[in-house]
Amino acid sequence: MTINKFNSANLNPGQKVAVKYFIAAMLLFVAQIVFGLIAGAQYLMPELFYNVLDFSVVRMVHINAMIIWMLFGFMGAIYWLVEDESGRPLVGVFLANLAFWLFSIAVTIVVLVYLFIQIGPGTQETLWLINEGREYIEAPRWADIGIVICVLIFFYNIAATFMKGKWSGISGVLVLDLVALAGLYLAGMWYTPNISMDQYWWWWVIHMWVEATWEVLVGCIMAWGLIKVLGAKRTVVTTWLYIEVALMFGSGILGIGHHYFWIGTPEYWLSIGGFFSALEPVPLVGMVVHAVYDSGKHDFKNNNHPAMAWLIAHAFGNFFGAGVFGFMHTLPQINLYTHGTQWSASHGHFAFFGAYATICIAVFYIAVQKWRGDVYMSGDTKGAWRWKWSCILLNLGVVGMTMALLVSGYDQTFIERAQEGATWGGYFKAQLSTWFQQGMWWRQVFGYVTAAGIVLLVWDLLTIGKHETKEIVEV
Amino acid sequence: MSNSTWWASESFWRKTAIWVTAFMLVVLILLTFDTVKKITAGHSKVPAYSVINNRIYYKYDKEEEHYMPIIGAEAPLFGKKLTEQEAMDLVSLGKMTTQAKNCMNCHTLLGNGAYYAPDLTKAWLDQGWAAESVREDLMIKFLMNPDKNPRGYGSKRKMPNLGITEEEARGVVAFLKWMSSIDTNGFPNKFRSIPQEGDNDY
Repeated sequence: MTINKFNSANLNPGQKVAVKYFIAAMLLFVAQIVFGLIAGAQYLMPELFYNVLDFSVVRMVHINAMIIWMLFGFMGAIYWLVEDESGRPLVGVFLANLAFWLFSIAVTIVVLVYLFIQIGPGTQETLWLINEGREYIEAPRWADIGIVICVLIFFYNIAATFMKGKWSGISGVLVLDLVALAGLYLAGMWYTPNISMDQYWWWWVIHMWVEATWEVLVGCIMAWGLIKVLGAKRTVVTTWLYIEVALMFGSGILGIGHHYFWIGTPEYWLSIGGFFSALEPVPLVGMVVHAVYDSGKHDFKNNNHPAMAWLIAHAFGNFFGAGVFGFMHTLPQINLYTHGTQWSASHGHFAFFGAYATICIAVFYIAVQKWRGDVYMSGDTKGAWRWKWSCILLNLGVVGMTMALLVSGYDQTFIERAQEGATWGGYFKAQLSTWFQQGMWWRQVFGYVTAAGIVLLVWDLLTIGKHETKEIVEV
Repeated sequence: MSNSTWWASESFWRKTAIWVTAFMLVVLILLTFDTVKKITAGHSKVPAYSVINNRIYYKYDKEEEHYMPIIGAEAPLFGKKLTEQEAMDLVSLGKMTTQAKNCMNCHTLLGNGAYYAPDLTKAWLDQGWAAESVREDLMIKFLMNPDKNPRGYGSKRKMPNLGITEEEARGVVAFLKWMSSIDTNGFPNKFRSIPQEGDNDY
């Protein structure tokens, strides 16, 4: 094993596929931030790219790049661990590569169409070829079908590898979760003129992904990550994983009701949604306890400090971003006023980053370490300032944006909703108010902090361990 | 954690996870059957598309203790009464146009979407359209040429020109009118509507 150079010979076939996903994920992560900066700037300078690259297009690329880079990160993470966990080689390496390239080419075409064609006439052809116009799942129908095919290939590869190899608690949960994750996507692939019906099923995709199946997926990655990085005991992490699944699906499945307060759905969703979504932070507390317990039990002795830092950032980010900031406005009495304001943007930034970006970054570091031949990676590794500062800047940037958006959200809720009764006039009165504007300025400042963090992150992932001569610490 | 106690054992939590997930899923499916029935157009919470032939109010209901849409007397959109099928076709053209033009990445619809532009849930009833008599006209003009008819209330934010045709604009107006008739459990609260004929508050 050659130490400190990127060498594919250090990787098993599944991991070679994974690395491709990770690189594509990082490229899309960078794109997400660039488009986020433009969208933020448009709040401050509405004339920026007006009628050329309007906010709607920029924001769509911002959130779609995010969804896809996270999916790539998860798929990469699973390809990374599958051979390790199943004890046998990946069954379909060619298929895995084929699906990767198909998926990547499809994403590239979709983004180019978003940027250069943008919109079309109000016909089915537009929904099939250009843009479906539904937040988060804007990808045109042809791409939906492509995504389903690629995900089926992925699922076959993972499930078949485990079936031919050995099963574990982690892989069992993972495979069942993937069935749900892939199946749910189908709920978002049809057209109806009825907006209430549309949004009812649309939430089956969005909520059931980000507040249920994605959470369980990262629970699996976290469990595997703690075994790898800390040397945590498998029985302990597996038991925790089951507890989290019980609590996550126990609260999250009916927690979908918090999206059914105001879309024309029956009133019983106010009670069901309010109650179960208020419980949604509970499993996230469990994850924090779990991560802290395991870390403490091993005296924080681990073989990959940057990955460990990001795993801990994940535990806390998930709890505060998804849990606390979600809980803040999940009860219908509050949500009546905050629904559809910058509160949601505040929660959204913190939650997606805290729950999902963090754990993908942790896996990137695990991958880089092995790719460089199990090199030593620690707080005193050469150039360690880069991983430390990228971690600090990214977390500070996102938390800063979250707080800034929350100030704007409070102001908007108060002026537009409580005082003005949500009219268009009230909307603009709030948007023009001083506190709202100040919040938007601070959001932009922290957006640049986040961008500085990602520049360092890219630099670090390309260079960490390059000049290191020591080998990985045994755990 | 030790496997010696049943409540901390792997197998106990595996079974719990499976049973809890299965139970919640069954409850969700049962609720979905009921909800889907109730949100099908034509039900009391989501009116039939032909509601665009009538005047729609948004009033505080003392019994329900929240604001509710009220279907009023006949007031056909663009002065032409439509059959249920014609109304559905027009609303569908409008809904499809809102998707094709990516409205949801600036606006919110039923509160869902992006926050760069006003919520559209009750846009049909907004006071910004001045008076009932000029509303339809103003909406069509705005949708077709938003850059020349900005409605930013002193903000520099303007809707971009999305190449909406007159036919599509009529569809969008029909869709917005129909959407304003959906009973959204009181969202948005305290929304003050445009003065309309037959409205006792004016």
